[in-house]
Amino acid sequence: MQLDAKVPSGPIEKKWDQRRFEMKLVNPANKRKHTILVVGSGLAGASAAASLAELGYHVKCFCFQDSPRRAHSIAAQGGINAAKNYQNDGDSVMRLFYDTVKGGDFRSRESNVYRLAQISVEIIDQCVAQGVPFAREYGGLLANRSFGGAQVSRTFYARGQTGQQLLLGAYQALERQIGLGKVEMFPRTEMLDLVIADGQARGIVTRNLITGKLETQAGDAVVLGTGGYGNVFYLSTNAKGSNATAIWRAYKRGAAFANPCYTQIHPTCIPVSGEYQSKLTLMSESLRNDGRIWVPLKKGDSRPPSQIPAEERDYYLERRYPAFGNLVPRDVASRAAKQVCDEGRGVGPGGLGVYLDFKNAIERLGEPVVRDRYGNLFEMYERITGEDPYQVPMRIFPAIHYTMGGLWVDYNLMSNVPGLFVVGEANFSDHGANRLGASALMQGLADGYFVLPYTIGDYLATAKPAKVEAASAPFTDAEREVKARLDKLLGINGKRTVDSFHKEVGRILWEDCGMARTAEGLKRALQKIPELREQFWKDVAVLGGEGEVNQQLEKAGRVADFLELAELICLDALDRAESCGCHLREEFQTPDGEAKRNDADFSYVAAWEWKGPGEQPALNKEPLSFEHVHLAQRSYK
Amino acid sequence: MKSTMSVTSRRLASFYQTAVGKKAVMAVTGLILFLWLVLHVLGNLQIFLGRDQINRYSAFLHATPEALWPVRIILIVAIVLHINSAVLLYLQKVKNRPIGYTKKGNRGATVMSRTMMWSGFALLVFIILHLLHMTTGTIHKDFIAGDVFHNLTFAFHQPTVVALYVLAMALLAMHLYHGLYSFTQSLGVSNPRHTSRIKPLAAAFAIVMASLFALVPIAVLAGFVH
Amino acid sequence: MKSFKLILNVWRQKSGNADGKFVRYEVPDVSEHMSFLEMLDVLNEALIGRGEQPVAFDHDCREGICGMCGFMINGDAHGPLPGTTVCQLHMRHFHDGQELWLEPWRARAFPVVRDLMVNRSAFDRVIAAGGFVSVNTGGVPDGNTLPIGKLDADRAMDAAACIGCGACVAMCPNSAAALFTGAKISHLGLLPQGQPERNTRAERMVTQMHAEGFGHCTSTGECEAVCPKHIKLEVIARMNADFLRAKLRSRD
Repeated sequence: MQLDAKVPSGPIEKKWDQRRFEMKLVNPANKRKHTILVVGSGLAGASAAASLAELGYHVKCFCFQDSPRRAHSIAAQGGINAAKNYQNDGDSVMRLFYDTVKGGDFRSRESNVYRLAQISVEIIDQCVAQGVPFAREYGGLLANRSFGGAQVSRTFYARGQTGQQLLLGAYQALERQIGLGKVEMFPRTEMLDLVIADGQARGIVTRNLITGKLETQAGDAVVLGTGGYGNVFYLSTNAKGSNATAIWRAYKRGAAFANPCYTQIHPTCIPVSGEYQSKLTLMSESLRNDGRIWVPLKKGDSRPPSQIPAEERDYYLERRYPAFGNLVPRDVASRAAKQVCDEGRGVGPGGLGVYLDFKNAIERLGEPVVRDRYGNLFEMYERITGEDPYQVPMRIFPAIHYTMGGLWVDYNLMSNVPGLFVVGEANFSDHGANRLGASALMQGLADGYFVLPYTIGDYLATAKPAKVEAASAPFTDAEREVKARLDKLLGINGKRTVDSFHKEVGRILWEDCGMARTAEGLKRALQKIPELREQFWKDVAVLGGEGEVNQQLEKAGRVADFLELAELICLDALDRAESCGCHLREEFQTPDGEAKRNDADFSYVAAWEWKGPGEQPALNKEPLSFEHVHLAQRSYK
Repeated sequence: MKSTMSVTSRRLASFYQTAVGKKAVMAVTGLILFLWLVLHVLGNLQIFLGRDQINRYSAFLHATPEALWPVRIILIVAIVLHINSAVLLYLQKVKNRPIGYTKKGNRGATVMSRTMMWSGFALLVFIILHLLHMTTGTIHKDFIAGDVFHNLTFAFHQPTVVALYVLAMALLAMHLYHGLYSFTQSLGVSNPRHTSRIKPLAAAFAIVMASLFALVPIAVLAGFVH
Repeated sequence: MKSFKLILNVWRQKSGNADGKFVRYEVPDVSEHMSFLEMLDVLNEALIGRGEQPVAFDHDCREGICGMCGFMINGDAHGPLPGTTVCQLHMRHFHDGQELWLEPWRARAFPVVRDLMVNRSAFDRVIAAGGFVSVNTGGVPDGNTLPIGKLDADRAMDAAACIGCGACVAMCPNSAAALFTGAKISHLGLLPQGQPERNTRAERMVTQMHAEGFGHCTSTGECEAVCPKHIKLEVIARMNADFLRAKLRSRD
């Protein structure tokens, strides 16, 4: 496989200008003759669909939810970064670029990250113009906060609902185009396969989730903005419907899957309360600005927190990382929590939790200030746990939150399959081995509003895709394969529920490919997963029919894909014999338990290539070079 | 000229087609009816100034048809529009939920707000009876045209008639309370700063108005009016 | 951990065209820490085990923000707890042996799709009619060129918090979508960016709202009481005012 990142030449700050100048344009009169299929309606998908339609393309947009407004971007709480330097605290495009590359532990492509930092400022302007109600200062200017350990205040926010407001902005822009007849929207429609004709991505196979009808859609380019694959772990902060089917189908049609093992664990989630747990709820990281994290010094100390005296508490982050304390990056905070729980010092049911204590903050700032800053989060915590965080310390535990890995894309956001573009969390591009807080929203919107609308035009003008019919062989073949797979799932008539398989594969991954990984554990997982997959195809119970609303069938298809993806994740994690970002291999640590990166051998993007059922996928490497950010070991001590 | 007319009428039609438009019509006509009630009650209260005063007031009204009839026409139009909107909205409401709930909770909607249709209907019946009773005298047992004082005192010496009138005024209070509050919503004249004051104010208006109306029959029955 | 038994009467309806009926189920082991939807997950796992069709219900984020979930519990949209979607409603608010009736949102504009799922695409069409600021991507001024007072921004945000779940329509005696529509009109109408289209927006959205079969507002306040995001009735007053102004000033 040829991996050409197509990074423009020239100095890094000129690359994007250079590329925009090089790109061929589509004649405005011809744009409406091009159909572009956009799968997914989150920040990346909706912004791309709306922007492409504004340019004059004919767009078809698909989402599995009942409305494009429900995509999981809506749940992002914290904020969106932009190098505006409105606070005059020394921020700049270069600094945001630097922080993002460093935060990603030197496993991202410099040129992409630089462009992201450049575009970040335009995003804010665009969203303001759309009427996104960002927080304001009394003087009427935009407010910022510092987020996720950043040393500058560059995060824009709309209460704790930034993702919701940004998504609604994109959704409204999309609805405007739908109203104008420029976008055809297909809600409650799931993409089940990618169609490739003459080596180009030319269409998709979809299932209408109400009628069950299979359909083929043809276009000149396909855009996947289908989000991350964190739900492979079963318990994650993702929405229940979030799935990897679109990118996994694309992978099996030849798109390379990059860095699947880079999965981010968020440190401040509400712990699991029982076997029935269906998802994990994240609480904004901002809680760590004022809360102090601790566990009892003694193992198995079951006293209520109020009865544990100060000298018998271990404020382990403050102890281990005196400079950053409770504000260390997500991966560091998560791993430290796991370590203390592994030592038997965890709190709450099952010992899987640590305290996040606001007692000092309430004493220092007074309850009204704490309520003003965190009131809605405290309320959410109490709603879920029934405990009052003003009285009792919160219990938190890390949970799977974001996946940095995804389909490999070049600088133009096109995968190695011509005509297949991948945006937002679904691609691998900008976050390396770890994503900084408030950067996901930035990337999704940068891709959708400001990168893809240009690069897709260049592709159409250059590749000049020929006419295809949705009734031609590649389409009918793909549809037949999809149909056969659905029939197979419905024909198994087994005993075990889909969820039970999903939970089991999630548990395997969490234990052996979670926050800390070992070669031994990964090999164990690589043995267990194919066994479980085999059992799934023998014993899964999928009731009902194909031509009706069938939520079990939808789930079964997604879990079948997760059972394959899980194996690739472990394979990638095993291959990457180093610790970097969120990927910690226990064999590769410094003596005091910090991650040890190996730049000499692993400074590459691992792009996996499907080789057929039962075959080992092939590893292709895109080497990474760092010319502007000096390679350094992260230290938060 | 012709085209202007048709534009205007089309605009009116499209306005009235929407429920927001109908509600605005209900609000405005409701306000007209309310203002008229204020005039009405001021007239009624003159009974406490004696037979001559109230009969003179009645005679004055009847002697100036150029004032009486426009008012009557405005009232009739207001009532017709008010009722027409209400009925159309009610029919729409029924159509908008073809299958009702088996269980339906109530999260704090007042009785007044949920019974506007029925209190309104009852008031309509009352108005008709009241017109037959006090204006035309058709159902009055001893009606003397022009002698308002007599007609009132005679009628209100009958406890059942008083009970009926007082009951009607209770319904009026309910209808007025929600109507006055709803009026500010329907026309969008409410301001968030005053929201908390609008309901108490509506309640005060409704109660005062209904009490003043009810005062006459009760006072007559209790023998305070000679 | 406390666990208890619940009796559920769930509306079962195979498709939009089929007849529906209530079916009674017992859920024997309900933990007080479960969310309402997790309780239904447990019921569904048991139903699949018995070879029966699980109950279909919409849900996605399960953290109260996507607006996908929602049905009536004993006649209350999203159940008895104020400011809460069903996914965030925990079982500690119910008691042993309690009998509950679960019904889908009922409105002509929200036809039932299956069991507790309804089609809310009417909401999307109301937004498509005018719930936006007509700006294309690119060529916009710097975000700080337009100062917006904090209080205005906060009030706009209050209205913008709507999640489009449809509880307001479901609870309204008239199946009105006034709270939903008013929230968007208020969000954009309170901001300077929304001014140029303020009149046409209200006119188009209100017209579309009625074309979809949503009813009229009788100011009962039921919508406000069940709104999981505490959207206030004042947004309806604002919608009405903007609509009336638009009609009065309209030149065509």
